[in-house]
Amino acid sequence: MNFKIEKRAEASELMRWLSPFIAIGATLVITTLFFLALNKSPLEVFYNFFIAPVQDLYGVSELAVKVAPLMLIAAGLLICYKANIWNIGAEGQFIFGGLIGGWAGLQFLDVNSPWVLVPVMLAGVVAGAAWAGIAAFLKTVFNTNEILTTIMLNYVALNLLNFAVHGPLRDPAGFNFPESAMFNSSAAMPIIWQDTRMHLGIIIAVIACIGVWFILSRMHLGFRIRVRGADEHAARFAGFNAKAITWFCLLISGALAGLAGVIEVTGPIGQLTPSISPGYGYAAIIVAFLGRLHPIGIIFSATLMGLLYLGGELVQMFLGLPMALTSLFQGLLLLFILAGDLLITHRFVPKWKKPKADEVPNALAEGAK
Amino acid sequence: MLRTLSRYAAAAVLSIASAFALADDPMKVGFVYVGPIGDHGWSYEHDRGRKLMEEHFAGKVETTYVENVAEGPDAERVIRRLAQSGHDIIFTTSFGFMNPTVKVAKSFPKVTFEHATGYKRGDNVSTYVLRTYEGRYISGLAAGMMTKTNTIGYIASFPIPEVIRDINSVYMAAKSVNPDVEIKIVWVSTWFDPAKETNAANALMDQGVDVILQHTDSPAPVIAAEKRGLKAIGQASDMSEFGPTAHMFSVVDEWAAHYIRTVDEVMNDTWEVEDYWGGFKEDMLSIGSINDNLPADVKKVVEDAIAKANAGELNPFTGPLKDNTGKEVIPAGHTLTDEELAGVNWYVEGIDDTIPQ
Repeated sequence: MNFKIEKRAEASELMRWLSPFIAIGATLVITTLFFLALNKSPLEVFYNFFIAPVQDLYGVSELAVKVAPLMLIAAGLLICYKANIWNIGAEGQFIFGGLIGGWAGLQFLDVNSPWVLVPVMLAGVVAGAAWAGIAAFLKTVFNTNEILTTIMLNYVALNLLNFAVHGPLRDPAGFNFPESAMFNSSAAMPIIWQDTRMHLGIIIAVIACIGVWFILSRMHLGFRIRVRGADEHAARFAGFNAKAITWFCLLISGALAGLAGVIEVTGPIGQLTPSISPGYGYAAIIVAFLGRLHPIGIIFSATLMGLLYLGGELVQMFLGLPMALTSLFQGLLLLFILAGDLLITHRFVPKWKKPKADEVPNALAEGAK
Repeated sequence: MLRTLSRYAAAAVLSIASAFALADDPMKVGFVYVGPIGDHGWSYEHDRGRKLMEEHFAGKVETTYVENVAEGPDAERVIRRLAQSGHDIIFTTSFGFMNPTVKVAKSFPKVTFEHATGYKRGDNVSTYVLRTYEGRYISGLAAGMMTKTNTIGYIASFPIPEVIRDINSVYMAAKSVNPDVEIKIVWVSTWFDPAKETNAANALMDQGVDVILQHTDSPAPVIAAEKRGLKAIGQASDMSEFGPTAHMFSVVDEWAAHYIRTVDEVMNDTWEVEDYWGGFKEDMLSIGSINDNLPADVKKVVEDAIAKANAGELNPFTGPLKDNTGKEVIPAGHTLTDEELAGVNWYVEGIDDTIPQ
């Protein structure tokens, strides 16, 4: 190869903010070419993808339903990623939170009190945190790589849910079909918009984003998290307890994913089924990065991702285009975002060109010698 | 003023135009699939049914489908969107769409909803299901005759009545042609997972099974049997291409018959809420690609059984019948009704196993 990748002396703050927009623009350009090749009007496709889903109030309410779990999970992931802790296990934490919260909900089938929701929510939060706590324990005690443990725990959680709905939590009146009884309405997420499915979850999600923003930028704890993320050694020199930070980040992240899980189960789903998550835990990773690892950015990126899902359905319905389009959109978007991130911090330099001494970070210059 | 007038005029013209359009507007029919239409299994077969139905009505029907719809909150939105956008009939083709279908149907009393494989109905919601046990019975006959080790294997998905019923059907058929036959059952807890299905097939064959039957949708078990030079029977769609020598035949789902029938009824205002069961007689099941390498006597038995099924005379669940604990489950002279078939939760006498709880 005639190019090499080297680190820039300084990353442009402006580009850091512009890059998501550039990524969106590039995605639109590529997909436009794609639609033209398919003989579909790109304008019509984009209209169905991004405008038609929210053209009526029903669409707006549905968007809120779809966005709530993504936003909640991404807010938690953000804290981990800021501290350089790679929690890929939000899917499992979401499922385990939903499972235990759902189990709690099933204990109150005959109780009609709005207070039922409190223990149910708590059960979900604690379960999600506990699930992430396993990874925190393994990391702090055995120094196990959290990427691997959290991914593997996803499958464990999924199988536990499968076991539960096939066995102990199965609806006795359900002909052996793998799903629980429907929850009592008092264990259901309150609907905040009459005649729609929009529930309290979206408000909780926005509050969570603001809370995360507050922790990260207004509290000393947030400073410690960011320092650990930037440089673990520096954090240790400063006397920050890296293990405590690891525990804190994973527990908060797990708690928020678990909360999202129990909200989803007691909200739009209304019962435990073998598939309570269509991959929210993974999609939220894209949301976190698309939102520039910033709590407010996440509010926007989660909305965009939600739109993509809703639009994907309409594009199928009205234009007969396949579901794979939605994945294509998401994939391109992530690709361009990551490529943008690389180009912000690094650059391509032709191999024959001598680097200017003042632009090369010391360590690299040393290495070159 | 002028502007307002012209707006009214335009609105009037539009509404007249749409009134005319309504007269020979094609009927809009929507389908919701749980998998991708390219899965070569469950959703693929429903989509084949959709296309055949659209063809049958040549221009009088317009269809829409949404694939890969997750069972849960997404399903409700997709079904509602279809209902809102003027679809007259909506087919929801997976068990997990049951509660969303019933819920949405309540807000759209003029739309007809049809849910596959469920048990909840409503004023405008019917259910439909295949008499898969008929196809299993024919499979059991062939398996019982072909096995040399007297051991046949069954890859089962979930212990719901449909699967339990079909295991019984296979065993009764195999036993009727081979009194020494034994059945081994493996539960894989999935409808579609090629890796798991392969493992299950191999585990069965390791235990001496030489004919594999499957209640899952991927062709993996057929491929696994082909590799070991043993036999298999395809499920849901024609799987002959995956096992040139192993594949004995496939029991193929034929949803088109029901889709044509339902659309016809709705067009003629004769549609009623029902729990529809369709099998060979109703053209909703067929035996596909009988392998030329089957011995003539086996082929004859299979063909005779198909003829019997086509006449609606294949009824394995006829008393007297005991379960495998010795308790009588069907009294002499009684044949299970559809309602009773939907609740089968026992193994027939002779199956050396218990239903997972």
